[in-house]
Amino acid sequence: MGDLNAVKITQEQWEKIDAIIQKHGSSNGNIIPLLEEIQEYLGYIPVEVQEEISKKTGISKNHIYGIVSFYSYFTMVPRGRHRIQVCLGTACYVRGGKLIAEKIEKEYGLKPGECTKDGRFTYETARCFGACGLAPVMVVDGDIYSKVEVPMVDEILKKYK
Amino acid sequence: MSKKTIEDIEEIKKSTIAKKVLSKDGKRARVTVHMGTCGIASGARDVYKALKDEIKNAKIKDVEIETTGCFGICSKEPLITVEVENQEPIVYEHMNAEKMKEVFEKHILGGHIVKEYAFARGKECQVKERIKNNGALPGEVVLDKTIHGIEEIPFFKLQEERVMRNRGCIDPNKIDDYIANDGYKGMIKALTEMSSEEIINEVLNSGLRGRGGAGFPTGLKWKFTAKSSGDIKYVLCNADEGDPGAYMDRSVLESDPHSIIEGMVIAAKAVGAHQGYIYCRAEYPLAIETLNKAIMQAKAYGLLGEDILGTGFDFNLEIYQGAGAFVCGEETALMRSIEGNRGNPRPRPPFPAEKGLWEKPTLLNNVETYANIGQIILKGSKWFSEVGTEKSKGTKVFSITGDINNVGCVEVPIGTSLKTIVYDIGGGVKDGKKFKAVQLGGPSGGCIPLEHLDTPIDYESLKDLGAIMGSGGLIVINEDKSAVEIAKYFMEFCNGESCGKCTPCREGTKQMLIILNRICSGQGKEADLEKLQDLANVIQKTALCALGQTAPNPVLSTIRYFRNEYEEVLNHNKDI
Repeated sequence: MGDLNAVKITQEQWEKIDAIIQKHGSSNGNIIPLLEEIQEYLGYIPVEVQEEISKKTGISKNHIYGIVSFYSYFTMVPRGRHRIQVCLGTACYVRGGKLIAEKIEKEYGLKPGECTKDGRFTYETARCFGACGLAPVMVVDGDIYSKVEVPMVDEILKKYK
Repeated sequence: MSKKTIEDIEEIKKSTIAKKVLSKDGKRARVTVHMGTCGIASGARDVYKALKDEIKNAKIKDVEIETTGCFGICSKEPLITVEVENQEPIVYEHMNAEKMKEVFEKHILGGHIVKEYAFARGKECQVKERIKNNGALPGEVVLDKTIHGIEEIPFFKLQEERVMRNRGCIDPNKIDDYIANDGYKGMIKALTEMSSEEIINEVLNSGLRGRGGAGFPTGLKWKFTAKSSGDIKYVLCNADEGDPGAYMDRSVLESDPHSIIEGMVIAAKAVGAHQGYIYCRAEYPLAIETLNKAIMQAKAYGLLGEDILGTGFDFNLEIYQGAGAFVCGEETALMRSIEGNRGNPRPRPPFPAEKGLWEKPTLLNNVETYANIGQIILKGSKWFSEVGTEKSKGTKVFSITGDINNVGCVEVPIGTSLKTIVYDIGGGVKDGKKFKAVQLGGPSGGCIPLEHLDTPIDYESLKDLGAIMGSGGLIVINEDKSAVEIAKYFMEFCNGESCGKCTPCREGTKQMLIILNRICSGQGKEADLEKLQDLANVIQKTALCALGQTAPNPVLSTIRYFRNEYEEVLNHNKDI
């Protein structure tokens, strides 16, 4: 996990990917929703999947790569079992979000976008979840944790094996 | 659900209002759990579950549960409102499952308020009425006057809730609730009694300016789009609220989604469009879910789609989910994104009113702008322009966050002073610290220091101070925070979000960031301040879009008001 070369896509996953492509069709206007659904399903969009999409839709590989690399919603690297997002939006930043980010980076030896070697956590910084009333905010697998302080981080992450 | 007529809508309003009246023979009590993103993040789901369990265990059928979106005062979440037949409603704060059990037993079953958890008497949407009645509404028994009336609390008293008129009082997942509060009446009036020119004139006369940040007169934008020729036009809603620290639009989308739908249909009639999209950022899953439900319900009632309410007007509306790019909040980049491209802005002219989405005339407005439209049509431009300043009419919604006591989402008449917002509504700086500055307008904005706190907020006065109204993010910063560090934070943000298309932004923000990093790590030189200002000047004048053009603002603003901090760092070679 986290190693681009280590993860192989299964036959079942390819079939589901093809079904998603077919569902959205080949018009350029549908490419972003198509990619979003694949991102949700597979967890990442490696070059080989981009090539498959290009083959099936006729949209150029270059264009698809351009979209996947532009929008932060997409990743080309598999994510860990759990996704940590530390909000560094202004309100969270002002209320100590940076300290939480630093704690996780130090403790797990990660830079934003990286995954732990055991595949447990992918760590990302996010710009704003709109929960600024509860700053600083940390999200793990979609669960929002509010008013997070550094001593709370270990307790929170313990739940995610 | 089946397609409705205009008469049906009026009937729904009457019957929904009637159903909500509590009585000894029907529903005796109602508990509303407020469940916007903030509420849920604070634990509102546990409160809701505890309440459901209590009702089930007590085996009673005369207590109903309602849910709403955001209540507005996020620092007190989770909040619930308890209404018992004949009594004043009571709002409870900082709830959890245990407290819910206690309130259920003592208040709902026993009739005694649990004072230690009580926040206020009265419902949020009743503030004006309560002021008129000097307290509780006619027929309501006051149980404990030592608890503040909601109209006595400055956070609510000083607001003018127009965009937020339904907040805390309707279930966003129930279209009937919206209709009960005169929802879609403005749309019906626009579709049946007004020509497109009359609609545009009403919006023009209201003085409404785009609430996304630019402040361009909304009526004028509609006029230009209406004038463009062509059978195919589009109406878009910019719900890509990307400014970190701003969540006003999220609040509206989660609490009152139909207000946006209504506004967009009116806009479509005005400009001659029949297809619309709401571009909503992916980071707002609850807003997207709520909007989807609202669109489905509106379609089912015939309030969207073909031949709306039998008026002959067609309008289809879809949601387009963003994919995490701040620049897609820029209107031309947003349109490129819907087309399936990287979010690269385009030079204007041609303006979207002439050539926008798929090269067709396109109207794009912000969430808050649309949320005002239904009422402008229903109540008139004169009503709308009763509040505000000479050049900036109406209200503005702000999300006040940072080092402040009452964190939340507030709506005030434009022209309200920053001092009122920070101290009276916001309750002052948290933890007794000293105030340093208010940051307005996100990464495109600037800081306002103490000496300008009496400034009334309007588009022009803020510009004179080197800041902008922006979309409404208002962040309070205390004495402990470094102005240089804040400037660096915003420049890092802009550089990271730069689409890369134009050199001034792509390379310019990078160079400014290098200098700021150098300053912050103690390696800065005296000439760096001048270099920053030179670069800022060039980038402002030559960048392709507003992201680049406004990226230098936080740096310029902090140099203007906190030059001493920069010089201190430079002189002492101190690490921040």
